[in-house]
Amino acid sequence: MTGIKLPVSPEEIRALKAGDEVSISGVMVTARDAAHKYLVETEGEDVRQVLDGSMIYHCGPVVRKDEDGKYSFVAAGPTTSIREEPYEAAVIEKYNVRGVIGKGGMGADTLAACGEFGSVYLSALGGLATTLARSVVEVLDVKKLEEFGVPEAFWVIRVENFPAIVTMDSHGRSLHDEIADLSRVNYEELLEGT
Amino acid sequence: MRSDRLAEHFLELIRRASTVLPPDVVEALRKGIESEDEGSSAASTLELLLENSRQAREGSTPICQDTGALYFFIEYGPDFTPMEIEKAASDATAEASARYYLRPNAVDPVTGKNSGNNLGDGAPNFHLTARAEKGLRVRLMLKGGGSENVSIQYKLPEGRLKAGRDLDGVRKCVIDAVYAAQGKGCSPGIVGVGIGGNRDTSYTCAKTQLLRNLGDTNPDPALAELEAGLFSQLNGLGIGPMGLGGRTTVLGVKAGKLHRLPACFFVSIAYVCWAYRKAFMTIEGGEASYDWD
Repeated sequence: MTGIKLPVSPEEIRALKAGDEVSISGVMVTARDAAHKYLVETEGEDVRQVLDGSMIYHCGPVVRKDEDGKYSFVAAGPTTSIREEPYEAAVIEKYNVRGVIGKGGMGADTLAACGEFGSVYLSALGGLATTLARSVVEVLDVKKLEEFGVPEAFWVIRVENFPAIVTMDSHGRSLHDEIADLSRVNYEELLEGT
Repeated sequence: MRSDRLAEHFLELIRRASTVLPPDVVEALRKGIESEDEGSSAASTLELLLENSRQAREGSTPICQDTGALYFFIEYGPDFTPMEIEKAASDATAEASARYYLRPNAVDPVTGKNSGNNLGDGAPNFHLTARAEKGLRVRLMLKGGGSENVSIQYKLPEGRLKAGRDLDGVRKCVIDAVYAAQGKGCSPGIVGVGIGGNRDTSYTCAKTQLLRNLGDTNPDPALAELEAGLFSQLNGLGIGPMGLGGRTTVLGVKAGKLHRLPACFFVSIAYVCWAYRKAFMTIEGGEASYDWD
C-alpha cells in the first residue's frame, strides 16, 4: 500500500504502476457530469486553485447538513467514469489534475493525458458507499450546489486513508483494457458455441 | 388506515430498501467468495462489499450513494385507493430524502434542476394493480443510474451477434450485454431478461424478473435451463468483481417471457448492480410486515 498526500507532484504520480494499491490523504474535489461540462466550458474559477495538483473524485454523495449548517458525507462511493471521457483529458491538462478516482475505467484520451501530463486513474470500489464515506473526514466547501444539485456539485473534501487501486497509469497501461481484451476472447468463444 | 400511518410504513420500507442488503444477495456474494481463489483481489473485493453492507445496516446509511430511482410495484385491495397509496408513498419518499436514506435523484431534463426530494414527473415510478383481497402488497426496487445505463434492448435477428429468433439468440444478446457492461455497472450484477413483448413491456418484464428471489428456479423448464446456462457462461467471461478480473461476474440471471407480435422479437436486459436494493411490505388488518420475497 502506497501512501499519497495531496497535493502531489507529477514525479510521484509517475512512480505509480497499474495494480498498485494506494491510500490517499489530503484535499480533493468531487466532480461528475454537470461539473465536467462546466470545467471545460469555463475557466472554473470556483475550484481552479484546489484542483491544482490534486485529484477529482467521480462521486455524487449523500450529504447530511447538520443544524449548525455543517456538511458531512453519509454515503460516497464512485460513479461510472466513462461518461466523463469526452472531457477528462482537457480537464487534466487545464487544471493540472494529478489523478481521477472513479469506477469502471476510462478511454484512450484519458490514458494518453495521464501519460502526457503525469496523472493516473484510480478505481474505488463501486457501491462501497458507507465505508468510503468514513474516509471523508471533513467537508471543507461546496461550489455550484444550487445550480447542479447535491449529487453533481463540487464538494471540496478532506480525506484520510482513502483506499483505491491504480488501474490506469502514466505509462500507458490500463487494467480495464487488459480485462476487456481477456474477456473478449471468452466472449467470442461463447458467441460461437451454443 | 390513516394516511400518515401509511406514509410511516412506506418510510420504513424505503429505509430498509436503501440500507439493508437482501439476504439472497448476501448469500450470492458469499458463494461468489467461495468461487474465487483464496487471497485473490476478487475475493477481497467481495469481502469488502459485504463489510460495507454490514456498516450500512448498522448505521441505517445507504449501501450505495446512488439510491437510484424508486419503483413501487403495488397490489391493492378494495380498502385502499390508488390516490391515497401514491400520496403516502410520495410523502414517504420526500421524508426519506430529508433523512438521507435517499439521495436527491430527480433531475428535470429541460432545466437541469434537481427537485431535491426525489419527486417529479414520473418519480417515483408506480405500477398499481387492483385485487379482490383486502390489504396491500408492496414491492420496492431502488435501481441506480450506473446499472440503468448498461441496460439495453435488442431486436432479433441481430446480425452482429449472429443471433436468430430463438433462445440461443436470446443467450447471445445477454452475453453481449454483460460483456459490454464490464465494470461499469458495478459487477457482479444480476441480469433480468425480458423475452418478447413490445418496446416498453419487454423492459418492464426484464425489470420485474429482478424481484424474484435469487435462489428460485424458473417454473418454465426452457427458461430455467437458459438461466442456469447463462449463469455459468457469464461467470466464465473473466470480468469479475468491479471489472477487475475474477470468476464472479453475475450473481444471478432471471428470465421472463411475453407473447410478441409476429414482426417483433425484443430481448431486453435489465442489469442491476451487486448492491441490489429491494424490500417488500404487506399490510393486513392495519399491521405492516416486511420481507424480501
